[in-house]
Amino acid sequence: MTDLIAQRASAPISELDRGRLAAAPGRGRRRGRGPGQSSWWALLFIGPTAAGLVAFYLWPTVRTFLMSFTESGPFGGSEFVGLDNYVRLFQDPELLGALRNTALYTVIALVGIPLAVAIAALLNTTGLRGRGIYRTLYFIPVVTMPAAIALVWRMIYNGDYGVLNEVLGVFGIEGASWLTDPSTALIAIAVVGIWAGLGTNIVIFLAGLQGIPDTVMEAADLDGAGPVRKFFSITIPLLSPSIFFVSVISVIGALQVFDLIYMMLGTSNPAMPNTRTIVYLFYQAGFIDNEKGYAAAIAFLLLIIILVLTVVQFRLQKKWVHYE
Amino acid sequence: MLRSAITRRGAAAVALAATAALALSACSDSGSDAGDGEAVTLEYGVWDQKQEAAMKEIAAAFTEEHPEVTVKLVTTPYKEYFTKLQTSVSGGSAPDVFWMNGPNFQLYASNGVLAPLDDQGIDPADYPQGLVDLYTYDGELYGAPKDFDTVGLWYNTELFDAAGVAYPEAGWTWDDLKATAAKLTDPATGQFGIAASQFGQENYYNSIAQAGGEVISADGTESGYGSPEALAGIELWTDLIAAGSSPTAQQMTDTNPEDLFFSGKVAMFQNGSWAAGAYADNPDIADKVNVAPLAAGADGNQSVIHGLANVVNAESDHLDLAKQFAAFASGDAASDIMADSGTVIPAFDGKQQAWVDALPQYDLQVYIDALETAVAYPVSKNTAAWTSIEIEILSQVWAGSISPKDGLQQLATEMQAALDSESE
Repeated sequence: MTDLIAQRASAPISELDRGRLAAAPGRGRRRGRGPGQSSWWALLFIGPTAAGLVAFYLWPTVRTFLMSFTESGPFGGSEFVGLDNYVRLFQDPELLGALRNTALYTVIALVGIPLAVAIAALLNTTGLRGRGIYRTLYFIPVVTMPAAIALVWRMIYNGDYGVLNEVLGVFGIEGASWLTDPSTALIAIAVVGIWAGLGTNIVIFLAGLQGIPDTVMEAADLDGAGPVRKFFSITIPLLSPSIFFVSVISVIGALQVFDLIYMMLGTSNPAMPNTRTIVYLFYQAGFIDNEKGYAAAIAFLLLIIILVLTVVQFRLQKKWVHYE
Repeated sequence: MLRSAITRRGAAAVALAATAALALSACSDSGSDAGDGEAVTLEYGVWDQKQEAAMKEIAAAFTEEHPEVTVKLVTTPYKEYFTKLQTSVSGGSAPDVFWMNGPNFQLYASNGVLAPLDDQGIDPADYPQGLVDLYTYDGELYGAPKDFDTVGLWYNTELFDAAGVAYPEAGWTWDDLKATAAKLTDPATGQFGIAASQFGQENYYNSIAQAGGEVISADGTESGYGSPEALAGIELWTDLIAAGSSPTAQQMTDTNPEDLFFSGKVAMFQNGSWAAGAYADNPDIADKVNVAPLAAGADGNQSVIHGLANVVNAESDHLDLAKQFAAFASGDAASDIMADSGTVIPAFDGKQQAWVDALPQYDLQVYIDALETAVAYPVSKNTAAWTSIEIEILSQVWAGSISPKDGLQQLATEMQAALDSESE
């Protein structure tokens, strides 16, 4: 379910960004063709996608917005209640906790970006043996069912019988009950989130790395730059469009985290108040408490938060993203 | 989520179109609507795959009595059952007859989704009173009780023998339970006397009744959590954890307590009658467990009774036949079929013996005897709204981050607020 949400929210941005990435090198080349000539063809090609977007993304978004001003019965039928849902939302003591948990999760999840850059750079080293094997290994979590991932990590984290505590025990460290201890549960879940998303980010960074021209590197060699200097002065700046793209997507994904929490914690988990995120709050309101209108208000609040954060990121990119 | 709702609605539309097409073809088959009866297809919504065979048999038996009627089974896994049902009810494509459970019943009945069954000649005396009460709303019976479950105390005979402790028996009190649990606990081997898990139906709903309290008033409008009896019912379990006779709440969240029972790490485990078949099929424990009545608190050893009912969609195109089928599927002949399948205890009076006899190695009569004092499963118009509060606050009580007294006070207040907003 969250994947669908993630797709919906991320699609327009990634589209935009890909356009920007693609357009960057070719800017100023052929763009002379007049709009009149090709508009029919354009419409034909865009049509199916546009129709899908309108039917499955735009229209539901509008409906959600309208729904957030209503109180709907469990079996359809609704009544207009104005801003009641929003007023109630901002007085909900659980909202503050959910915002805090979501923010914390997002911050931790961002650690995955430098990690993915580092691994991608290592994988891109010339003369590395078995590169294909490493790439496959890092990509396996991406193609694994989230439910299976959740199940396996639950076993790893098990306080009494988990592998993690077993290994820690070898070093004389007594591990926590990771998923039920309020102080560790969110971090434990974020680690899984990072691990599961690493493969996708590495692939994106590898593509970016391979787009860096050898000539630039050779010039740096001639100037006497060492590998570390080259990494920070050439690789990172030239990779910055990919890093920007990944960070926008990661923030959106992290803000919408739900499935891992839902599958790894369970309803009666004592750590729930310290891990419940905004989307979990939404799920609770809409699907457990049967309050669709209130759930719609939560969804809309999240949309606004994502929108603001993404706009801020786009503004800030001018300061650090280098388009060649 | 929105998208899935849309596609689900789309699917419902397709299903609706398909049904319409079926209905049309059915009409054209029979030609005119002469008195010889048109072919009718009734949809029957269920969730338990294990009972599918028995349900098909019941459907076939109904067709024998009504040759023009075909009953089509629609199985949806329990996890999605009520989400899907709610959507299909809003979309007008819900099955004609479907299974209902206690927590959801009043939500459906109070919104006019269900058709009353009072004209179907169902005799309440044929069913346990607790179930008739559960499916009665505003004085009218909306559900034909199908089966029931009560709760018993399972124990591992091997662990009892090894410790030289007498088995649980009828007449046991809470003190006996606590003392025995302590005797069977051995921190050295990681063995616990009992699993005091945060389960309502299996554990604290029973103990609250045993202490003389109630979770919710009979009319479903008042929370009972503020009473000292409810506190005693909860403290039975939290005390067991505090004494070390049970794994902690954290341990039981990490590892399903039933798995601990299976692996011989827990000596006693309260569970519903549905567990009997599964235990008999589990080679790890089949030969070394048995079941005893629950231990008695200040007010007795009551068990909560819950059961499913067959209910009728008020919007069904074949309302009369649907009602007849609902009554039939919970009736005499259908109960024999269910009893023979050994999956559930039929609610129909006198049909329980076959279920008891199916597994003679266990004292299953315990579950039937529990009927005498059984109390109804706590429900209200929007049960889910307060059970989510209940689960969350009690999880803090179980973990020890708030005291049972403070937790229950908070629970009583918040649950009452949820109940008050239901009746608005």
